[in-house]
Amino acid sequence: MTDLSQSPAGAAPEPRKHGGSLLEQTPRTKRRNAAEKRFRAYGIAAIAAGLVMLLILVTTIVGKGTGAFQQTFVTLEVELLESKLDKKGERNIEDIKKVTTFGYAPIIKGAMEAAVAEYGIETSLKAKELAGILSKDVAAQLRDYVIANPDQIGQTVEFRFLASSRVDGYLKGRVTRDSIVNDKNISAEQLDLVDALAAAGVLEKTFNLDFITGADASDARPEAAGIGVSMLGSLFMMLVVLALALPIGVAASIYLEEFAPQNWLTDMIEVNISNLAAVPSIVFGILGLAVFINYMHLPTSAPLVGGLVLTLMTLPTIIISTRASLKAVPPSIRDAALGVGASKMQAVFHHVLPLAAPGILTGTIIGLAQALGETAPLLLIGMVGFIASNAPETIADGLLAPNSAMPAQIYEWAKRADPAFYERAWGGIIILLLFLVTMNTLAVILRRRFERRW
Amino acid sequence: MSFVKLTASALAISAVSATAAAARDQVQVAGSSTVLPYASIVAEAFGENFDFPTPVVESGGSSAGLKRFCEGVGENTIDIANASRKIKDKEIAACAENGVTDIIEVRIGYDGIVFASDINANSFEFTPADWFLALSDKVLVDGALADNPNTTWADVNADFPAVDIQAFIPGTKHGTREVFEDKVILAGCEETGAFEAFKEANGGDEKAAEKACIALRTDGKSVDIDGDYTETLARIESNKDGIGVFGLAFYENNTDKLQVATMSGVVPSTESIATGEYPVSRPLFFYIKKAHIGVIPGLKEYAEFFVADEVAGEDGPLAEYGLVADPELADTQEAVASEAVMGGNS
Repeated sequence: MTDLSQSPAGAAPEPRKHGGSLLEQTPRTKRRNAAEKRFRAYGIAAIAAGLVMLLILVTTIVGKGTGAFQQTFVTLEVELLESKLDKKGERNIEDIKKVTTFGYAPIIKGAMEAAVAEYGIETSLKAKELAGILSKDVAAQLRDYVIANPDQIGQTVEFRFLASSRVDGYLKGRVTRDSIVNDKNISAEQLDLVDALAAAGVLEKTFNLDFITGADASDARPEAAGIGVSMLGSLFMMLVVLALALPIGVAASIYLEEFAPQNWLTDMIEVNISNLAAVPSIVFGILGLAVFINYMHLPTSAPLVGGLVLTLMTLPTIIISTRASLKAVPPSIRDAALGVGASKMQAVFHHVLPLAAPGILTGTIIGLAQALGETAPLLLIGMVGFIASNAPETIADGLLAPNSAMPAQIYEWAKRADPAFYERAWGGIIILLLFLVTMNTLAVILRRRFERRW
Repeated sequence: MSFVKLTASALAISAVSATAAAARDQVQVAGSSTVLPYASIVAEAFGENFDFPTPVVESGGSSAGLKRFCEGVGENTIDIANASRKIKDKEIAACAENGVTDIIEVRIGYDGIVFASDINANSFEFTPADWFLALSDKVLVDGALADNPNTTWADVNADFPAVDIQAFIPGTKHGTREVFEDKVILAGCEETGAFEAFKEANGGDEKAAEKACIALRTDGKSVDIDGDYTETLARIESNKDGIGVFGLAFYENNTDKLQVATMSGVVPSTESIATGEYPVSRPLFFYIKKAHIGVIPGLKEYAEFFVADEVAGEDGPLAEYGLVADPELADTQEAVASEAVMGGNS
């Protein structure tokens, strides 16, 4: 025991071994305490920066996306003229079907003219411009109604119509009188008409359920587009992923963890599984295109193929989390089971697996959440475009008929020309995030509820 | 083992339904992202008015669409390829190699290409020569070919403001790029006399001279945009001096953010393009596999509906969205009705 190394010659008059008074801090202690304080400050700053980013993200998304959940509607009385819709007057459904949506234009114009007259609105707009404030979807809505209720032809029926995306934007503040100076889709006079109709109470902005349940719409009518059908596409993909990735992943991990001998082969497999988990998802998309579509001739744009591709992507995540939770079950449980005469398989399935189930479930949910938000592989198997237009009617249809998925639909909307689609893209992000938050919360709750510690 | 049962039944279901899917009942379309909005408008209206399901329209570019189109005949290949340019001989040959021989070409109308800058930035009145001088790799300097020395628009044309040249043009995978090269850069090349100089330098070879004309500078003044027009718009919003190349329909949906430049003194609009005054326009096409007509339900009906007067005509929804109606639409309708294939009936 020597102090030589600690106090060089002449450092202090009195050689102190471990500091003097406890009440007084030595410079070294002060430095150490200051370093700790600084470190804590860095930590708090890092968390604060993260929270600020999150706050900016959430406010942007909510600010830009909430508009998509509201839509402008116009309530109009429409006279379903027999002379236009059923010239023969026989109410033969085939004759009625022959009138295309273009044939409904005069009826819509007439309804608008009637409304202008009824509310005493003065305007110099022509009938076509009057009808221009309504969505292009109106004709389809009317035609569907007439085909479903041919007996209503000749009657006057009240309808709730979508307003065009420009009118909707005007009510939401996205479109202003200054911004439409060069716009050929709407004029200031049409906005005057909108103001007058709003004052009369027939034009109003309300909650729009169709955005959540509806199908995609073409570029000419962004106001009619909804995310519902692509949500179904995502659902079917997740079913495929769940049905394939969970059993395969769990079986693989049980074998690797409980039965497989430790040798270079299993080591290799282990390394490769970890590598696969880090492979960029677009690679799985290319693989899916080559194997499932080009080689196996499965249909393009089908949720089944999307699900298969995402299964490949999710498998490593599930295997890794399952192996971790199997490992966490103490060996004493296996030993006890084997000790009372259970076979190895009985020990695993009756004792180890139930105890590992919460961990497996958590891993699966997180893997599914990852797969739900994935866009890149879907680009390559044809799930981006004007696709989510027909709601599937059967389960086989849901798996095989062309469909999009939520993230792919958002990507598609963000690309389109009309700014109204941009708003819907943000609205879609809100719905997608709600799903992800719900799934992750479920994973946390399950873990808290069922996790056992030894 | 419930897991095993679950897997087995899942695989069984997918196997059974995979065979059921062999009979595809909707038309599948892929190709040009310029044609996509028009095709989706038609597909939607088609789904509404007919008892067939709504056709599926994928995007991805003219070349990618034609490549998939030429992969072969059969239900797991697409029926229609949209293209913002004519199909190339090379592609027809590739098609023929895979058994896609009878192709019906349908011209749906014309599309204008416009040059636009930020609404609050400088306005321009371009000529093709201005664009050649601004973007070409080599231009004439004192009568001799030299590396492009122009850095600001004022260098190009004394009437322009002295702002840095920054152009966002479509990448090479877009059909729009070819039109831009042909109708703007090449025209400017000839206008400035550089074409003759290139021709001389290449020993009178016109093809080589054309190629030299459309070689663009690579020093960052001209940026290729491989994404969609929304990306070009975002670039211009973040760089107010930038000038972008857009489709007319895209510009007309974003008139609050963009101002359009004139070309050779003409303001682009559906009217000026229809009369041919505005020089930068191109025809849009789609191509149908004749072998699929009668196999895929609704294919011919979709094609006929697409070129019907009430859809592709002057007052139809496509013209409303920005398509310039084809004055020879009646001929096209006839060709579709009679299923006339390219290069005569074979």
